[in-house]
Amino acid sequence: MGLIAKEIERRGIPTLCMSSALSITAAVNPPRAVYLDYPLGHTAGRRDNGSEQDAIMTATLEAFAQAEPGQISHLPFEWATDHSWKDSVMRPHKQSDQSSNEHADNRVERFDTPQYQSESDAQAVDGSCPTCIFLADTKAV
Amino acid sequence: MSAQAPIDYIQRTRDQYASLGYPPYQWVHAEEPPPFTPLAKPIADAKISLVASGGIYLKGQVAFHFKDDFSYREIDVDAPVSERRATHFAYDLTDARDDMNVVFPVDTLKRMVSAGKLGALARQAYTFMGGIYSTRKVESILAPAIADRLVTDEVDLALLVPA
Repeated sequence: MGLIAKEIERRGIPTLCMSSALSITAAVNPPRAVYLDYPLGHTAGRRDNGSEQDAIMTATLEAFAQAEPGQISHLPFEWATDHSWKDSVMRPHKQSDQSSNEHADNRVERFDTPQYQSESDAQAVDGSCPTCIFLADTKAV
Repeated sequence: MSAQAPIDYIQRTRDQYASLGYPPYQWVHAEEPPPFTPLAKPIADAKISLVASGGIYLKGQVAFHFKDDFSYREIDVDAPVSERRATHFAYDLTDARDDMNVVFPVDTLKRMVSAGKLGALARQAYTFMGGIYSTRKVESILAPAIADRLVTDEVDLALLVPA
């Protein structure tokens, strides 16, 4: 996301990246960022909790106005008082089969066809879809 | 490392790849200072564009695929809530599919506008897949395409939300 932010910023539009992956964001070094220490998939807050989402966004907009170049502001919110949810994230799991010493690959396969949320979505597709923009890779060999 | 410390996703990805026998992923690492454009007006008067990488699409659009998909979708922020969809390989979609604002804070930004904390939300949001393996495709194809759209939309600010 930081790479996109830098290109937008170069074109004269100020950007801010929200993030829940501090090391990745710090490595890309975007113009402005806020860090929320929540599990992936909750970059802008908890579900069905508008008041918390509003508090996070209010703090985010304040950081947007005040950030120095390259600053990552840490937002003062906690997913839980107990941080044990972090222990299992992306930790390699041993397969239960004791005869194997291999780690299980629990990642989702990288399918190269559209992955619809539901089958009915696939049926509902507008064939021309003017709002679906497929970019050409002119350097592809 | 204490449990309170941020999760180091770079190290955990390295560990996971190593345990699976894969070569290490090459993370982007930028040493040079980022480009920086100062704000031209107060945020309470500014029009903001929402850009999100959580695989968000609308019913009726083609869904993203999981293998270096560098296409993007234009999302009408006023489309019915019931038409919002999310698909991705790298995060748990349960909460996003229940309340898209967790990774695509469109209703949150509308409330910011109503509360006078933000000037306006651009009618078009832009979404893509994230987790794109090719840095070249992101930098030389997708990023300029998104930036072009924001310039055309004449927005004052861009908020970028990964999943």
